[in-house]
Amino acid sequence: MRAMTMIRRVCGLLGLVAATAATHAETVAIVHARLETMTEAGPIASGTLVMKDGNIVAVGESVRIPEGARVIDAQHDVVTPGLIAPSTNVMVDEVNLLPETRDDWSGNRISAGFDVEYGINPASTLVRIGRQSGVTTAVITPLAGRMTVGADDDQEVAAIEGGGEGGGNTDPPLFAGQAAIVRLSDNDAEPVEKARVAVALDLGEAGASHAGGSRGAAIVFVKSALADARRFAANRTAYDRGETRPYGLSRVDLEALVPVVQSKTPLLVRVHRASDIRETLRLAREEKVGVILEGAEEGWMVAADIARAKVPVLIDPQDDLPDAFESLAARLDNAARLNQAGVTIGIKAKRDFNSLRPIRLNAGTAVAYGLPYEAALAAITSNPARLWGIADRVGALKPGMRGDVVIWSGDPLETTSYPKAVFIRGVQQPDRSRRLELRDRYMKAADGYPPAYH
Amino acid sequence: MSHIGFQPVRGQIFLAASLMLTLASGCASTPPASLSPAAKPSSAAKTAEKPAAGASTAVRPGMDPAADRDPFPSTYHPLPARPTALVGATVLTATGQQIEHGVVVMVDGHITAVGGPGTPVPPGTVSIDASGKWVTPGVIDVHSHLGVYPSPAVSSRQDGNEMTDPNTAGVWAENSVWPQDPGFDRARAGGVTTLQILPGSGNLFGGRSVTIRNVPALTIQGMKFPGAPYGLKMACGENPKREYGNKGRLPSTAMGNVYGYRKAWIDAAEYARKWDDYRAKIARGEQADPPKRDLTLDTLAGVLSGEILVHNHCYRADEMATMIDISHEFGYRVTMFHHAVEAYKIAPLLAKEHVCVALWAERGGMKMEALDGIGENAAMVQAAGGCVVIHSDDGQLIQRLNQEAGIALGAGWRAGIRISRAEAIAWITANPARTLGISDRTGSLEPGKLADVVLWSGDPFSVYTIAEKVFIDGALVYDRHDPHYQPRSDFELGQPGEGAFHP
Repeated sequence: MRAMTMIRRVCGLLGLVAATAATHAETVAIVHARLETMTEAGPIASGTLVMKDGNIVAVGESVRIPEGARVIDAQHDVVTPGLIAPSTNVMVDEVNLLPETRDDWSGNRISAGFDVEYGINPASTLVRIGRQSGVTTAVITPLAGRMTVGADDDQEVAAIEGGGEGGGNTDPPLFAGQAAIVRLSDNDAEPVEKARVAVALDLGEAGASHAGGSRGAAIVFVKSALADARRFAANRTAYDRGETRPYGLSRVDLEALVPVVQSKTPLLVRVHRASDIRETLRLAREEKVGVILEGAEEGWMVAADIARAKVPVLIDPQDDLPDAFESLAARLDNAARLNQAGVTIGIKAKRDFNSLRPIRLNAGTAVAYGLPYEAALAAITSNPARLWGIADRVGALKPGMRGDVVIWSGDPLETTSYPKAVFIRGVQQPDRSRRLELRDRYMKAADGYPPAYH
Repeated sequence: MSHIGFQPVRGQIFLAASLMLTLASGCASTPPASLSPAAKPSSAAKTAEKPAAGASTAVRPGMDPAADRDPFPSTYHPLPARPTALVGATVLTATGQQIEHGVVVMVDGHITAVGGPGTPVPPGTVSIDASGKWVTPGVIDVHSHLGVYPSPAVSSRQDGNEMTDPNTAGVWAENSVWPQDPGFDRARAGGVTTLQILPGSGNLFGGRSVTIRNVPALTIQGMKFPGAPYGLKMACGENPKREYGNKGRLPSTAMGNVYGYRKAWIDAAEYARKWDDYRAKIARGEQADPPKRDLTLDTLAGVLSGEILVHNHCYRADEMATMIDISHEFGYRVTMFHHAVEAYKIAPLLAKEHVCVALWAERGGMKMEALDGIGENAAMVQAAGGCVVIHSDDGQLIQRLNQEAGIALGAGWRAGIRISRAEAIAWITANPARTLGISDRTGSLEPGKLADVVLWSGDPFSVYTIAEKVFIDGALVYDRHDPHYQPRSDFELGQPGEGAFHP
């Protein structure tokens, strides 16, 4: 019902714009495709996928092609579900080092209550750039504090100043705020798939710093905040009458933590050192809250503990430098070892789509160091769908799933490959971006006029 | 309001190094002399042999720039090597050739033969079956901050950027390098055999670079590439004007930057003239007091005389054009623009001026001056006859420069620009060697060159390919399958990871 409403809205919007690609959810059959279904069925060496009304309606070796369908011959190229970038700042970041274009930092006046949803700009040029790496869904995760440009070269640094400005709260703004999931479709005025899907939190060195200097302070503050949120949830009326003891966080921050303490929404905990991962697992156990780990460079050392706790992990497989005292054991086979231990992994890249390598290449790197190929594909499709609670609609090619589909020029994890066609909700997305327009302008032969005329 | 935390956020730190790439074919078509500033010996150099001739009192070497050109001399010696042949691989020579089932022979630290399956292997040579694998020259990174911004990135080891004055041409990166940086070991496992360590880009003139062999050593002197010329790090654009503008000093604007460069070159020319006058007097047997040596002006004068190569961090097309004008104004050459994300916009100018560019494959957009970065940059500059280098400026990317070149190659193919693997390999080997002034010794697989060689598990441009064996001067310095050849820094001993970073 909701999906149909959305589709009508999109069609209405797109009707107003000129686009070379199809602008509505037509019926499409992709034939002669190597289908990486990301289901129990496994890959289909040569098959057909049919999309209708924005959804996948058929996937298989022999599928009847509906009458009137647009037939696309994949010529044995790979077809995957649209990729899911599991922790980014797309749509809340335009130019990294320009603070005025960044809406992924919480600032100093709010903590768990910060909500990235309200800063989302679907017109960001990075939407198309992200899509050109095959990403159709992205999770926007917030950062704690206020961004400043650092003294060295192009460093970004977090400045966290003391709490207390937000209206009587006394705890430091430890929590970074609430994450949201967006679709990377063109001309989508309402790209939010799901808001408030997690509350982010730094532990380890960053968390210690936010909390005043030590890990012991950070975890105590977190436990205290969760306890306050529980009491607040049970005594809202008393709180409104001013009949409760003072809480460390403001009302908006406590509200954001209520679904966390009710186990409806996980904490996204950024943590790196093995001991900090163990403490995070203990926190989750003792506080009965759900947790997703992000970073986890030393995760391989405690892989069995993570697996036992059924906690999923977001990792960057390039991380192999002992670049902090909390990641001295970083290894290139972290992904392979966590996967081997039974941990659900999502593969991430740097937060922005200007970065050095997109998630598909990071998945390739994980394969180079031992992660099975299908597991690497899962780590950028079905796993992030599952761990972010959207596996009912995206992350796999099977009937009933949304028509988020990519046709690749070759192996999607390979350096020289690119998406030949990207569908979101069954609509083929225009293969344009600011970068391609620059390329085409400067590849044109000079005719005596400056490039601005081209 | 007190800061209770001022903390770099993990994964958000970009050492904004300035890297530029020079296009391989462009470089190859350029006469080496035009890329070699050392071809113009300075008057100082000519008189260097007899610094005190005719003087009443000898000048201490440290007081005379001509007598003190190598105060921290290289103590590098190649590691022990056995005559070795790699047999049966696909060989990319970086001279434009791709040889199937090729043979590469290394004897006494040098390449002695490169050819097809029939190439004879001398008796007594260790023959390694490389069939199904690929062989290339050792990877060379022109833009690294390993050692000066080492791991772990703690505040007491941030030695890469002397941001106390916009002109610190007198500082030398080698005096900041921590040889135990574990990043060197990771880079070596990525096939990197030679790299240029640069100061950061916070200043108009950041200081001298140093070119090193990627071997474990106790001192920087033990790593220095013997005889490699020095480079000078310069920076255009946002970083210097931000740093000094924030401090209420010049430069705070782009025009302030340009004023700063020009003023410095005027001072350097005047300084060089004083020394020339002094030497002329001494040569005539006249009495003369030597000028006071100035380390900042020494470096700049070294650029004017052609001994020191300019490595200029510069993103924007218009700023590169201005920097080229300044080089004409004062009579020096820009060897390379680093991070030249807009090189594709002025590719013909760069080709005409024989200025190489160091590039990332796709990175751009992270700051205003990088906004127009595109993935086809390298291919477009190459197609215009320019000189491309793929660089890292990053401790992770340096481990995968081969793949970064593959990404750039793929973007070019997609745009219809036909570049072969045999050409593109020069982006990370022969072209960087040229821009570091060491192409007579390394960067390609040719008889007589130093045996800096990588044996790859497959196509070096593939995401799945890893370096299996790395040779420097014919010595095995890394072996993917033999822990004996996986050196670990002192720092990592007894730590949780024990310096083991791959399976």
